[in-house]
Amino acid sequence: MGQSAIPVEVVDLEQEYDGRRVLSVPALAIKEGEVFVLIGPNGSGKSTFLRIINLLEKPSRGKVFLFGFEPRTRSEILQARRKMSMVFQEPLLFSASVYNNIAYGLRIRREKEGRIRQKVEDLMEKLEISHLAKRLATGLSGGEAQRVSLARALAVEPEIFLLDEPLASLDAPTRESLRSDLGGLLRELRITSIYVTHDRTEAIVLADRIAVMNEGQILQEGTADEVFNKPRDELVASFVGVETILRGIVVSRMEQLAEIEIWGKRIEAVSSCQVGDEVLVFLRPEDVTVTLPGDGRIRSSARNVFPGRIEKITHLGYLVKLHLDCGFSLRALITRVSATELGLTEGMGIMASFKATAVHVVRRG
Amino acid sequence: MDLIWQGLLEAVHLLLSLDAEVFEIALLSLKVSGSAVLLSLLVGIPAGMFLALTRFPGRNFLVSLVNTGMGLPPVVVGLGVSLFLWRSGPFGLFNLMYTPAAMVIAQIIIASPIVTGLVLAAMQQLDPRLQLQALSLGATRWQALWILLREARLPTLAAIMAGFGGVISEIGAVMMVGGNIKGQTRVLTTATVLEARRGNFDLAIALSIILLALSFGVNYLLTMIQQRKGGAPWDSRPFRWK
Repeated sequence: MGQSAIPVEVVDLEQEYDGRRVLSVPALAIKEGEVFVLIGPNGSGKSTFLRIINLLEKPSRGKVFLFGFEPRTRSEILQARRKMSMVFQEPLLFSASVYNNIAYGLRIRREKEGRIRQKVEDLMEKLEISHLAKRLATGLSGGEAQRVSLARALAVEPEIFLLDEPLASLDAPTRESLRSDLGGLLRELRITSIYVTHDRTEAIVLADRIAVMNEGQILQEGTADEVFNKPRDELVASFVGVETILRGIVVSRMEQLAEIEIWGKRIEAVSSCQVGDEVLVFLRPEDVTVTLPGDGRIRSSARNVFPGRIEKITHLGYLVKLHLDCGFSLRALITRVSATELGLTEGMGIMASFKATAVHVVRRG
Repeated sequence: MDLIWQGLLEAVHLLLSLDAEVFEIALLSLKVSGSAVLLSLLVGIPAGMFLALTRFPGRNFLVSLVNTGMGLPPVVVGLGVSLFLWRSGPFGLFNLMYTPAAMVIAQIIIASPIVTGLVLAAMQQLDPRLQLQALSLGATRWQALWILLREARLPTLAAIMAGFGGVISEIGAVMMVGGNIKGQTRVLTTATVLEARRGNFDLAIALSIILLALSFGVNYLLTMIQQRKGGAPWDSRPFRWK
């Protein structure tokens, strides 16, 4: 196969451990310059996938093409691996100075010291760690260490950048700051990247394209908007944070507006499903509005308005999650200020409303 | 008490007067044990790393053998080497029996399991993903192994100290394969035993003190390297592969 513009392509990839299949990806291609985020729960095969791409692990079956070429011999593998670099969940720094850690990849490539110094200093500045240059890397804080690890991986100017949950072991404020810097860096450098995470926010912030993986299989791939707002099935929906998942049947439709019966209630949704179709209805909690009953002054464009009762209130800092019973189970996410102003309490009657466009419908089976 | 005091004074005298025979014995001890330890590193470091980093059927058996070997009685080693080097033995044609070379061979056999076992333990304490990290940054297999060894340098230096301590102080093996021949195979341990048997306690004490000082000196040097600020002497220097 000749040189191709596709940096990463896998075909019929399977990995088995002790006869148990942990990964199965029939086909996947990562485009040049894109940040491809692989999201999924722990143990879903994401890291195995990365290790196989990095040629650190041999798959049981299937092929990995890097820039259209399948490395087979030891020297081909080394050559291909030197076009990539990988950052792990733990920084895995060597017990040497920060400077020497970042220079490691360049030194093993026998780069000239002058060029090494220039590259290392440039990256230390970009990642705001210049002041740590002479410090012993093993004594750094989690955030500092991961910045060094990122700088070390970027120093070799990888054409393919692999990141295995690099922010997962950091505390929330450090994670947030590094996520923002990393996002900026990936956009600036436009390196083809595969980013593995189980964090939805990271996926949304960093991804050009997202794939949801579970039990070694890619369940859905697409843009963040597609995956998060139009999950393909229940599994993806629950993973991407859709909390209301209902089963129903389309009972009528007018133009693109379908009427779906759920537990004897009817929901209107924008959908191409046909009458008689059994469907799954997904609704995000932030799309549900709560008003007090008998408040006749409010006129809304929402096609779905249901009387209900607050079953439970969960406080989430400045947000409040309401567990509602409207004849079917519904979740609503509102601000604490709104909940206080409306005087919401458990057991209280309310009106829940949401727009037909906020409802995502998927045909079952 | 007088005996000990007299012995100490004699020891100081011998040391200060740089007695040629004592100097020769001490030098041979250092040469034999030093080369045995250096050669045992060539065996023990790769073997320890191999056992730590690979998984294969029979590995546990080999690890058990190494662990047993760490406490190998020098007399048993001496006997084994003697049987092989004896004129009628498989390697008799090399005429190595009662030579410093035979003593080095015996001490390599004593030190190698110690170095292997301690390097194995040191490697197993490292994060197994370190090797993957080095490889993922483009290291060759040898470069990745080198970085692992570098990461385990503190316990590896301890392994060298333990190996040296094990051989410089042993007597059973060097006595059997060296024969304690004056001017040829006499080392500090065998000389001490001989002088003590003869009743020359002052000389025996002097030799013991030199033995202790030698052992302390080598270990002090290694400890200085091991405990240098920052944990390693070459931290400020770049990694080098050339």
